Amino acid sequence: MMRQWLACLILLAPAAVAQPAPPLTVGVLVTLSGPGAVLGQHARDGFLLALAQRGNKLGGREVNVVVADDELKPDVAVARARRLVEQDHADFVVGPIFSNILAAIFKPVTGANTILISPNAGASTFAGKACSPNFFVTSYENNQVHEVMGAYAQERGFKRAFLLAPNYQAGRDAIGGFKSKFGGEVLDEAFVPLTQIDFQAELARIASLKPDVVFAFMPGGLGVNLVKQFRQSGLADTIPFLSAFTVDESTLPAQKEAAVGLYGSMTWAPNMDNPANKAFVTAFEAAYKYVPGSYAMQGFDAGQLIDSALKQTGGAVDDKDKLRAALRRADFASPRGAFRFNTNGYPIQDFYLVQAAQRADGLFETQIRSRVFHDYADNFAKECPLQ
Amino acid sequence: MTLLLVQLLNGLQLGVLLFLIAAGLTLVFGVLDVINLAHGVQYMAGAYLAVLGAQWTGSFWWGLLLAAVVSGGIGLGLNAAVFRPLRGRDHLDPVLATFGLTLLFEEGARTLFGPAPLGMALPPGLAGTVGLPGGLQYPVYRLALLGAGLGVAAVLWAVIERTRAGMLVRAAASDAPVLGALGVDVGRVFAGVLGAGGLLAGFAGAAAAPLISVEPGMGGNVLILAFVVVVVGGVGSVRGAFVAALLVGLCDTLGRGYATELLRAVLSPSAARMAGPALASMSIYVLMAGVLAWRPGGLAGGLAGGLAGGAAGGRA
Repeated sequence: MMRQWLACLILLAPAAVAQPAPPLTVGVLVTLSGPGAVLGQHARDGFLLALAQRGNKLGGREVNVVVADDELKPDVAVARARRLVEQDHADFVVGPIFSNILAAIFKPVTGANTILISPNAGASTFAGKACSPNFFVTSYENNQVHEVMGAYAQERGFKRAFLLAPNYQAGRDAIGGFKSKFGGEVLDEAFVPLTQIDFQAELARIASLKPDVVFAFMPGGLGVNLVKQFRQSGLADTIPFLSAFTVDESTLPAQKEAAVGLYGSMTWAPNMDNPANKAFVTAFEAAYKYVPGSYAMQGFDAGQLIDSALKQTGGAVDDKDKLRAALRRADFASPRGAFRFNTNGYPIQDFYLVQAAQRADGLFETQIRSRVFHDYADNFAKECPLQ
Repeated sequence: MTLLLVQLLNGLQLGVLLFLIAAGLTLVFGVLDVINLAHGVQYMAGAYLAVLGAQWTGSFWWGLLLAAVVSGGIGLGLNAAVFRPLRGRDHLDPVLATFGLTLLFEEGARTLFGPAPLGMALPPGLAGTVGLPGGLQYPVYRLALLGAGLGVAAVLWAVIERTRAGMLVRAAASDAPVLGALGVDVGRVFAGVLGAGGLLAGFAGAAAAPLISVEPGMGGNVLILAFVVVVVGGVGSVRGAFVAALLVGLCDTLGRGYATELLRAVLSPSAARMAGPALASMSIYVLMAGVLAWRPGGLAGGLAGGLAGGAAGGRA
């Protein structure tokens, strides 16, 4: 009797070993409704492209993706994040887009020892003292993008600047970031309500002050309004326009010709000249029929990052120390070129001056003009106790 | 000095745009005694239709016409689907119904056109700028918008005060049951007013489309400003709305232009920089509070019932 059992066991044993590992669960928690939805759409599509290119597998393991919408509401985001971690048993959460949502879901996700990979939000808070070994950012620390513009304005020798931002925390951070690298005179800082529609009052002041340069942080619809009205007022032909999150692939379809020639700062642009990027942009445009923005590239890299780590661990996610070490290596070819993680899980990378342009096929995109920072790390990493 | 003149012009021009939006809202309230929260999405529909019309026909003007006509049709549809069945019900019922429609329309726009904002070009004839004395440039389109808004105000005044249709509208506003008893089909007057309200909203949306981003949530921001205009002007009064819109436009523009500088006279520069923008974005509400303290019925002095309706709209 016993022998028969053993025989059966021997017969079955190879089958049990060959059993494929259960699918991995990745939660994608981004903003998919309301005014910020287009950014979430870019990030989600980028991530799904990375997955589709690998036959719905990451690191050789089948992946079950759960996409959730945070609705740009912190309370909704926390509930969705908890569900991803506790009910869906997500091994990774990719998200969110906005920093206030990141603040809300950071503890519920990283505190549960789940890996959180942000494809956009890079609040300074979690780069410094509050950093977590379970948190990785495939974008940048928010202030860096504004610092690039300040440094460029300084480099060009502009003496008198007019600054423009919405009147909320991120707007004040943007102005602070610009000023930290700009040594010239700030003629004025115009803070406008987030709901502002008409910029004519600010444009009239710009026209009368005649600054050497205008710097604007006007995300989303605000940026569309500002750029169109800036162009219509005739100022775009006379005053250089530097910006952050104001002229990019999420707003260019609406700004069109009005934005051509205006500057921004980013770690990447669709025309970047390297094989990984060419393959990414071609595949993305074929799959989704629009020009990818940085949000899409960062979502794509979130997928590539998970893939690269799982390849190193042989698909295992249970040994978290090993998994985190593998993630930290960031061993993949990012469309942006050289990319590595700092001790706080934020990237050390190059930043560029980009300019909006029209392509030969009539669509609009940002294009790389010059490199402003090389291997640039954020200012908060030294406060992070991680090694 | 030139800057001040330009800012005054900017204020008037913003005011005229607000008037175009608020006129339909206050007209519908004045006659039907209902708050049409869907007015914001009618404005949005106008902007989307203008973009689509301009894409199909290649001409801004056809887009404008399409937007105005279809939005007028939406107004008539709203009357048939919402306001007529709910007539005689509590104030809150049409508010809830039109709020629901707002969600439906916004989600519909997002589904049909995607979450990304759309844009449209200025009509070629109005794309340039004109030089003002003092070397400042002013966009021609904005001057045209100012002219168009003043034209619409004049036409509205003439229709309401000088025509038979306007007389019926005024009569329906003051006592609809008696007008009905005199043998007039009040339902048709109401339908006409809602159609006109929709047409105005659509025209405003189409006229604003080249200046702003056309996106699903665009009606919401504007509706709040339109409510301020309606309340300041005295709910139900088109003439009051005109004056109020200009006041709100001037107050907002001058507040944004000068609040920080004025505060610098009494505060330290950094404190003025913090307080200035806050004060500027509050200025129209301060104006509203001031007007209501001085004339509780608004500039045109509405009725007590009208005021209660205005407050309910503000809460919603």
